[in-house]
Amino acid sequence: MKPISGALGTLFLQFAGLSLLAFGGANAVVPEIHRQSVSVHHWMSDRDFAALFALAQAAPGPNFLISTLVGWKAAGLAGALVATAAMCAPSCVLTYWVAKVWDRYRQTPWRIALGAGLAPVTVGLVSASAWLLARAADHGWCLALVTAATGLAAVFTRVNPLWCLAIAAALGFAGLF
Amino acid sequence: MTPGISSAEAEAPGPGRILLAFLQIALSGFGGVLPWARRVLVERRAWLDEDSFNETLALCQTLPGPNVVNLSIVVGSRFAGAVGALAAFAGLTLVPVAIVIALGALYDRFGDVGRIPGAINGLGAAAAGLVATMAAKMARPLVRRRPLGAAPFILAAFIAVGLLRLPLPWVLAGLAPLSVAVAWRSRP
Repeated sequence: MKPISGALGTLFLQFAGLSLLAFGGANAVVPEIHRQSVSVHHWMSDRDFAALFALAQAAPGPNFLISTLVGWKAAGLAGALVATAAMCAPSCVLTYWVAKVWDRYRQTPWRIALGAGLAPVTVGLVSASAWLLARAADHGWCLALVTAATGLAAVFTRVNPLWCLAIAAALGFAGLF
Repeated sequence: MTPGISSAEAEAPGPGRILLAFLQIALSGFGGVLPWARRVLVERRAWLDEDSFNETLALCQTLPGPNVVNLSIVVGSRFAGAVGALAAFAGLTLVPVAIVIALGALYDRFGDVGRIPGAINGLGAAAAGLVATMAAKMARPLVRRRPLGAAPFILAAFIAVGLLRLPLPWVLAGLAPLSVAVAWRSRP
């Protein structure tokens, strides 16, 4: 196993890069976070990843929290802080500077084409996130049913997503999965 | 007056009130923070009107990075400069990060005790379903507006990253310029 300082450097580089690739938000880079932390660096199992993502979803706040938990798993508290800072800092600095000149470029055709062109790629990446998370989480048809039911409930009703998470956790606690 | 800011800017909030507003947004935002950002910034505090909120959101969604974090930077810096941006960012992130680290510690300790694994299995399955919903909701307007321009790229990104497990930088480098070029050619 690598020394902690090595893991911190790896975490920093990985998440700083992802920060600038996260077009469409954190959920678009979940597949890459998964690939790096499960397949490349072996920080955790597939099952751990699904569990940590679930915890990040269940906590209040922005959805980049999966990077905090990956950092935690890889290198403890220091890892959590480094991963969080690396995931946020590069894109924040970029946003800070672009915001100053935004009004000038907002309506230019190339800005609009950029937004319109990135959107479908982002949607494909978020779909890939859902697919990988479902594969990691759904051991057996019972859990696959929970994924499907949650998805349908969230599309067709206005139920608060927290209820879906709470009910699924309660069913699991009752011993169903 | 800077364009894109509501008339409420006359009494621009300072760093302290900005921090509190984003803390409120973060702690209300279970399973999705953006709706709460709109509720707090537009409806409750009236710091931005509906249009400037949407324009700000468009900026935050064009740029890489967590969207709501970008939003905190833009809103914070418009009202109180770099200090305001830091205040908004701190308000949005510090408490959630502390909570999630606590959850991670509990998971390490109790993740395989008694019935906890079952509960976490259920949680994970439901979380995957919520992400699928998000993808579906994002896809619908795109596919409706430009079926031939959008659908092939949605599918290609899904296959490349979800099924073939290719590294994200390659996939973005390959697909994004093509998709932007197609969008450029079909511009009105």
